[in-house]
Amino acid sequence: MEKLVSLIIDGKQVTVPSGTVIVNAAKKIGIDIPVFCYHPKMEPVGMCRQCLVEVGRLVIDRATGQPVLEADGTPKIQFGAKLETACTTPVSEGMVVIGTSEKAVRGRKDILEFLLTSHPLDCPVCDKGGECSLQNLTLGYGPGQSRFIFDEKMHLAKHYPLGDLIFLDRERCIQCGRCVRFQTNIVDDPVIGFYNRGRSIQIITNSEPGFDSYFSGNTTDICPVGALTTADFRFQARPWELCSTASICPHCPVGCNLTINLRREARSNGELLIKRIMPRQNESVNEIWICDKGRFGYHYTESKERLTQPLVRREGELVAIGWDEVLSYVAENFTHAGKNLLALASGRLSNEDLFNLSELSSGLGGKSALYTHMAGGDLVAQVGFGEGTNLADLGKGTVILVVASNLEEEAPVWRLRLKQATERGATLIVANPRRTKLERYASQVVRYAYGSEATTILAIINAMSAKQNFPKAPKFSQGGEAIKTASETISSAENLIIFYGSEGMGLEASQALAQACANLLVVTNHTHKANNGLVGVWPRANDQGAWEMGYSPLPNLKEALQQFEAIYIAGADPVGDDPSLTEVVREAEFVVVQDLFLTETAKLADVVLPAQAFTEREGTITSGERRVQRYYPAVQHTDQKPDYAIIAAISKRVGLDVQESPLRIFNRLAAKVPAFRSLSYRLLAQVSEQWPIIGRNDLFYGGTSYENAQGLGMHLSSPSQIPALAWPHVPEVNLAEDAILAVPITILYDRGQTIYSSQLLQQRIPPAHITLHPDVAQRLNIPDGALVQFSLDGVAVDAILHVEEQVSLGVALVPRSLGMPVSAPVQIEIVVSSEYLD
Amino acid sequence: MTEHILLRHRDIPGLDQIDTYRQNGGFEAWRKVVSKMDPDDVTNEVKASGLRGRGGAGFPTGLKWSFIDWQNWPHYVVANADESEPGTFKDREIMESNPYQFLEGVAICAFAVKANDAYIYLRGEFWQIAHKLDQCITEMESGGYLGDKLYRTNTSLRLHTHLGAGAYICGEESALLESIEGKLGQPRLRPPFPPAVGLYGKPTIVNNVETLTNVPFIISRGADWYKSIGTEKSPGPKVFSLSGCVNRPGNYELPLGTTFRELIFDHGRGIPEGHKIKAIMPAGASSSMIIANDEALATPMDYESVPNVGAQLGSASVIVIDDSVSIPWLLNKTIHFFKHESCGKCTPCREGTYWMMHLTERISQGNATMNEVMLLQDVANQLKGKCLCALGEFSIEAVLTGIERFPADFKTVTAKSNS
Repeated sequence: MEKLVSLIIDGKQVTVPSGTVIVNAAKKIGIDIPVFCYHPKMEPVGMCRQCLVEVGRLVIDRATGQPVLEADGTPKIQFGAKLETACTTPVSEGMVVIGTSEKAVRGRKDILEFLLTSHPLDCPVCDKGGECSLQNLTLGYGPGQSRFIFDEKMHLAKHYPLGDLIFLDRERCIQCGRCVRFQTNIVDDPVIGFYNRGRSIQIITNSEPGFDSYFSGNTTDICPVGALTTADFRFQARPWELCSTASICPHCPVGCNLTINLRREARSNGELLIKRIMPRQNESVNEIWICDKGRFGYHYTESKERLTQPLVRREGELVAIGWDEVLSYVAENFTHAGKNLLALASGRLSNEDLFNLSELSSGLGGKSALYTHMAGGDLVAQVGFGEGTNLADLGKGTVILVVASNLEEEAPVWRLRLKQATERGATLIVANPRRTKLERYASQVVRYAYGSEATTILAIINAMSAKQNFPKAPKFSQGGEAIKTASETISSAENLIIFYGSEGMGLEASQALAQACANLLVVTNHTHKANNGLVGVWPRANDQGAWEMGYSPLPNLKEALQQFEAIYIAGADPVGDDPSLTEVVREAEFVVVQDLFLTETAKLADVVLPAQAFTEREGTITSGERRVQRYYPAVQHTDQKPDYAIIAAISKRVGLDVQESPLRIFNRLAAKVPAFRSLSYRLLAQVSEQWPIIGRNDLFYGGTSYENAQGLGMHLSSPSQIPALAWPHVPEVNLAEDAILAVPITILYDRGQTIYSSQLLQQRIPPAHITLHPDVAQRLNIPDGALVQFSLDGVAVDAILHVEEQVSLGVALVPRSLGMPVSAPVQIEIVVSSEYLD
Repeated sequence: MTEHILLRHRDIPGLDQIDTYRQNGGFEAWRKVVSKMDPDDVTNEVKASGLRGRGGAGFPTGLKWSFIDWQNWPHYVVANADESEPGTFKDREIMESNPYQFLEGVAICAFAVKANDAYIYLRGEFWQIAHKLDQCITEMESGGYLGDKLYRTNTSLRLHTHLGAGAYICGEESALLESIEGKLGQPRLRPPFPPAVGLYGKPTIVNNVETLTNVPFIISRGADWYKSIGTEKSPGPKVFSLSGCVNRPGNYELPLGTTFRELIFDHGRGIPEGHKIKAIMPAGASSSMIIANDEALATPMDYESVPNVGAQLGSASVIVIDDSVSIPWLLNKTIHFFKHESCGKCTPCREGTYWMMHLTERISQGNATMNEVMLLQDVANQLKGKCLCALGEFSIEAVLTGIERFPADFKTVTAKSNS
């Protein structure tokens, strides 16, 4: 057990584990010792010297080993001659810490005066003004007058772009190094660093493009001054003018907790406008970090291209129509279609939307389906995470297997969580056809060929069954040392977690992979226990929620679109993703598209219904780890309606009993879907004390991330039964020699509407490109960077050719959502584009 | 002194040739430790000799070696050849002219802590010396003094030179280790100290060049012989680097405890004619200024006695200041140095040295009043006890003692502005 130590800080007693540094012990009892360089998420460095305190220790008699006592019987305390840094000094039994004495306060003043000598004191125009540690501490301790001559101040660059997203004001920087340490130690993207020395020391970027990291925005939260600002928020608002709303990030299955900062502005006629997205603390999900996509990707909600009114097709053209009229029109057609209604929704919708939608289609006897390229969520619902699971707890004894997922691109914050888990002692096995960033923390790597995802996992089970009498998987030739070691590691694991993604896979292969992974968990008895289970790295934020409610994808979308009489598409753009669907959608009898934008699918629809964005409404989403979390409305948009409300209005008109308010919908969902049964809005909004304590009066400690007062979310419950083993059918891939297989991969900044609307992120979206091994490119006689052409499902595609050693031979990596429709591996023939030859 | 121990090349020409070195008893100590001694015995012998670190801190060398963490492997030895303190030029002469004795000392230290690799970290300007040491190391390898299975035992050792990029701070042992690791030369938090967590996080002994050069003689002649030189608490010979206003500056190897007077007036031949000695900085730019009165001149130069006259012996780089030197001017020179060399990691040193440089500049140029002298004193006191490493703490020594002990000089330079 941890040894506990008692000490007194400013007259208050506190007991903390030995090894705790003074500043954290003080924080526990509400005493805020000022810091700049210290951050509770990072190792102390003791650079800024702001946290100076007087430290007294027990005097121990060397002969007896006992504390020496004063005449009055109290232990004798010896104070050091120097002040000590509270951020680096570990507590000891009987220690007395004084931060309020004249000497200690004088020390703080001294350091502040030093910092201010080089600081521009441009608080009136500084974005950090109002939430600045230096400003607050200067008001608390600082000198009222400067003894440093203004003319002797150094003048440095005030608007230095470290990258597209982050600006550095070199005059304001106090060289605390938090940003550098965050990027180096927490993110492991050491793309910024210190340059030069002494008073000339500066933060620089050493990557091309500058500050090339998906987590760069977090440095602006932990920057204790206004040195680092985001290109998005700088000069936009003063922090005290902002109000905030709690939200959940809609971009990926991690479910990062957000705070939306808002301000009323003239340009919005006094309505609230989103000024920035900030992380909100949830130590089990995202700690106090978010990725740049989550931070900057909200601009689509305020895009001028948003749909503002319902549209209906009249004489071939989409024309505006009133809500009442359109809803009745839709209801009429849906009633007519009856069991021939197909509702196609994506995981972009909330649990409430999806629930109402499935109530509507089942009420009419129709079908509802999930629009996705990745399957297996039904298995995650059975063997996924359950109550008590906490990513922050993963450590020694836990084996984490990540298969077919490039977490950095698919769910960036999960890469950080798994990196941390390995630092706490967890064993990471990465199975992927090519190297990913996650492999840096892996103790074992399994390489397989695209197409062998499921067989690789089955081979791991096979390698075990020889020894441990597990039910045998079908025999696969796949084997080798890597499989054997991985299987040995897994069989000795206390806890086993599997993350699976959709690298190089479509529906069929990902379903097979999920089944193989579920089998592995079942045979090794790692289901239905906290910190064990399967996690889907889904393409969308609420895919898991859809699966939990019984949604599943259609095996053949094209066929289905031809079969059903009425098609209700919500939050999905099948034609945009795959232009070969254009004809079937155009020819379908009655198509309703409900979306934020006039998508390619919407352009072909009979009715288009404008839906609200996540910032405009409330709801819940279920993250990949089966955690249900609430988000709240931040801004008002009355032209559009929330998806659940539109669906409810249609349902009423077809004569179904459907709820209209999110709270009531959720209560029905909880009553009907077993996994949700123990959840309620009230429980989802509950919080408990989190460590570190951040976001209170003392911004200097944790930075400007927000404390969580609006709910930590809850895990879905797991079905009591452990699923039976089912050995998946693994599709055979038979390729001609020299053939090239196009395999889909995921990149973070793709051309999805949610990113494309952000001008900042737009610059980071790569052009359409495919990646080949250099040998293959040479064989095809195509140079790196050439414009190439190939055909996917009858659609001609132009792309730039990249070559990379990491790519397997015979494979072309094709990023999803870059205008190249590839839903599953497919053979292609690549030729140099005639344009390029010209 | 009749015989040089450290500057032995002054007695034996050509000692930087391996054959000459060998003919004069070279590598005998190395052979003795490898073939006949236990690592612990070596450390104990050094402990018994009372050898103290010659880099400036005067920490007992054998004691440091005994702190090595035996639970954590591998171990490293690093010779600190960064020698950047203004006024210090002793290691340079040793490495240039008596390199094998130094390298033999490194080897013995490595044996004592069971390190198979030792690094010699040289300041960037010492590239020629590094080249020379590389040649010496090659000679030692072909002579069978370095490599595997030395003297048919299981001892193996390799030496590596490593050049810095010319930063004073890299003479601070933890910044030096960072620099070898390829990182920015900035000091680490201490504790943990290098014998517990050093190079690449492994237990490491960092010793100064001169310290290590003592070791072969301690092994071959014994601790008792060594203790017969110098004083009781500061035994052994020391190379004093004498510079400044003195007729014959240079390195002088003398027993610890030799008086300032003997060094400056007997060996250094006194002050240039027409001038009087005014102050002494016994430890380079990092030292306090001693008023050079009779009491100070009669003070023995050892680790215990120098504090009696308000300074530290440090690296024993004695800078002599005569009455032609204005103390405010001198302060500006030293502070300019510290401002230039501050690594910028901790606030007081980064900002304080910059501020003090501006103040001393104005004061020394006669553009300041006595108030600014007092402000300078304030700023210096504001740094005191708050810095991350010794650089900042030492930067104020000359400032505070200069103002306190030579007030007349400050009255003179501020006279114009005061009126």
